[in-house]
Amino acid sequence: MPDPPGLELIAGELRDAHAGSVLGTYHEHGQACLIVDPEQVLPVLRWLRDTPGQEYRFLASLHGVDYLPAEPRFGVHYELLNRDRVERVRVRAAVADPGGDDLPSLESCVPLFPTAEFQEREVYDFFGIVFRGHPDLRRILLPEVYAGWPQRRDFPVGGEPVVFTYNEHEVPGWSQ
Amino acid sequence: MRREKLRALQPLAEPGSPEHLRVRQLRARDLLRGDLDDAELEEHVSQAVVTTSLGKLLNWAASNSMFPMTFGLACCAMEMIAVVGSPRNDLARFGAEALRASPRQADLIILSGRVSIKMAPVVRRLYDQMLEPRWAISMGACSSSGGMFANYAVVQGADKFMPIDVHVPGCPPRPEALIYGFNKLQHQIEGHPDMGWRRRYNAIGTEEWARDDVIAGQPSAAAEAAYARARQAVAESAESTGPEGPGGPPVRGAGTR
Repeated sequence: MPDPPGLELIAGELRDAHAGSVLGTYHEHGQACLIVDPEQVLPVLRWLRDTPGQEYRFLASLHGVDYLPAEPRFGVHYELLNRDRVERVRVRAAVADPGGDDLPSLESCVPLFPTAEFQEREVYDFFGIVFRGHPDLRRILLPEVYAGWPQRRDFPVGGEPVVFTYNEHEVPGWSQ
Repeated sequence: MRREKLRALQPLAEPGSPEHLRVRQLRARDLLRGDLDDAELEEHVSQAVVTTSLGKLLNWAASNSMFPMTFGLACCAMEMIAVVGSPRNDLARFGAEALRASPRQADLIILSGRVSIKMAPVVRRLYDQMLEPRWAISMGACSSSGGMFANYAVVQGADKFMPIDVHVPGCPPRPEALIYGFNKLQHQIEGHPDMGWRRRYNAIGTEEWARDDVIAGQPSAAAEAAYARARQAVAESAESTGPEGPGGPPVRGAGTR
C-alpha cells in the first residue's frame, strides 16, 4: 500500500502528467484512493499501469457504487494491484448522473485490462452506467428484458408487497 | 405336510402363531390346486381377498412409486438430498428413491430453494416437459413465498408461474418435514383420482404452444378458438356428470384463484 505521503506523490505525478485528472485523494483503513475525472480515467489507468516505478498491472476488481444523495452520484472503483511489491491502489471515477432518462457513461477500460469485460457488464447491469467502447455491453446476471437498475439506491427494495392472511384482500389480483 | 395333519397336531393354534400362518399357506396352495372345499373356501376368500376398484389400485400404486426429478435450486437442496440419499431418512420407505435426471422420466418436481426471475422460465419449462400425471412440491419459505428475498431478483412464490400441490414451510425444512409433505402428497394422490393439473386447478384454456402469428399481448386466432373449445368441453362434462364434475368431489384447497 502506498502510505499517505506516497499517495500524494502519485497524485502529484499524475497531475503533472495529465492536468486536471486527479480531483482528490483519501487514505482510509490503510487503503489509498485516487478520485479522478471520469473523462480521464483511461489515461490515468494507463499511466498507473505503464509508468516505471508504478506498474500496477493487475486489475483486481471493478465495481460500481451509488452515493446518493452525494454529488457526483456514482462511483466506479478500479482496484489496482502491483504483484511485485504487493501494493494496492484504488482509482475512483466520480461519475455524475446526467438526470432524466440519460445514463451516466465513461470510457471502457477493456483495451487496458481485458478482465474488465464481465465486470463492466455487471456494473452496467446493476447501476446503468454505460461504458463507451465496451465490446459487448449487455446485461450479464439479470434477464435481458429486465427494466430498471436494481442496485441504485432509489430502486424500491421489495418488488411487490408481501402477502399475509390479514392483507391479502388489499393486494391487487391476488384473491380473484 | 398335509393341512389336515398339521391342524390335528395344533388344534388350538392362535391366529398369528407360526402354525396358523402355515395353515393359511397350505390352504392357499390347495386353493390353487383346486382341493379346497366349500366351507374352507369361503373362509379363505373372506380372509385373503380384498376387493377394490382399478382406479384406486392405480392411484395407490402411483403414490407409492413416485419418481422425483434430480433438481436442486439452493440450500434446501441439501435437505432434499438428505431425505433421498441418507439411510437415516430414506425416502425409499415411501417408494420415491429413484431420482430421475430427466423431466421426461419424472412425475414429481421438488422446488428446493428460491426461484430467481431468470430461473423461473427454466423451471416452468422443466415442469411442462414432465408427463402427466405430475406433481410439484414447493419446499421451504423461499420457493413458497419468496421468503427473506423480497427483492428485485426473486419470484415471490413459485405458484405465480406453475401449479404447486404441496407447500412445505421451513427455512430450510427439516428432512422430516419434507417427508411429511411428501406423505400429504401421497394422501392426495390416493384420495382423489388424478385429472391432470389443469383440471385440478381450474386452468383449462391456459395451454400454450408455439405459433407464427405472434402479436405481443394477444392470443392468436387459432389459440382463441382452441381455448374456447377447451372451456366448452369442460362446461359440458361438468353438466353431464352433475355439480361435482367428473372424477368425484373437488380437491380440497384447489379452488379458483
